[in-house]
Amino acid sequence: MRTQADDELWSAIADPSRRRVLDLLINNGEVSASWLAGRVPFSRQAVSKHLVVLEEAGLISRRKQGREVVYQVEGDRLDQATRAMAGLAAQWDRRLAAIKRLAEAAHAEARKERGSKPRGIGGDGGEG
Amino acid sequence: MADLTIEREVVIEAPAEVVWRTLTEPDQMSLWFADRVELVVEPGARGYMQFGDQGGPVVVETVDPPTRFSFRWNHPRGEEPVAGNSMLVEFTLTPERDERTRLRVTESGHELRAWPEAEKQRYADEHRSGWGEFLDRLTGVLPEGRPG
Repeated sequence: MRTQADDELWSAIADPSRRRVLDLLINNGEVSASWLAGRVPFSRQAVSKHLVVLEEAGLISRRKQGREVVYQVEGDRLDQATRAMAGLAAQWDRRLAAIKRLAEAAHAEARKERGSKPRGIGGDGGEG
Repeated sequence: MADLTIEREVVIEAPAEVVWRTLTEPDQMSLWFADRVELVVEPGARGYMQFGDQGGPVVVETVDPPTRFSFRWNHPRGEEPVAGNSMLVEFTLTPERDERTRLRVTESGHELRAWPEAEKQRYADEHRSGWGEFLDRLTGVLPEGRPG
């Protein structure tokens, strides 16, 4: 089960358009909202909204550069997000492995109780 | 469609009916999934899963024995779980020869709901990369970000 903080990270990155914005920030360092807006297939307004969500999740930060506001990626937080997502995939692998063990044990047990291997259902010759 | 999906599968040496029972019977679920499972596996049923000292509600979506089972979870407290505010977990069981079953699980969050259709399509056409590729890229750019 994910924590509240994980949930925030998760929903921040779950949106493909926000991933696109994040991608641009990762690859281009400090850039402004208008620079970003010129490189995505959605409006300047949408870019601003995405930047707010990403900032609230702690994935990016802003600073003033002259008259402009520029954004940059927060590496530690992004690292944490990456680990969380990779961890989720690993979690499902562990669960599937457990299901496999349980189901195979139950099946072996049922076969033993029947006293013999079933014939004609799958055949014994088709292993592999 | 570009969205966040985790997809995993395993081949099990047991018929789909056996895998189905392991997958959906609450006392079995508590062996492979949560520490405590309160759930009736019926479409629309609401349940609860406890993991250590944390827990959360789940809502069953599809029950089609012995091939499909899905539920939603991780929706905000007090809200109805729908596409957009929750994660959908879908299990698909495919019988294979010699009493084997291929079990596939996907966990997905479709967050494109706020977009006009045309923009969605355009975005999907331009960016076919899913979550997995994004993850690969992230681990590529973050020297210490390799998942353990």
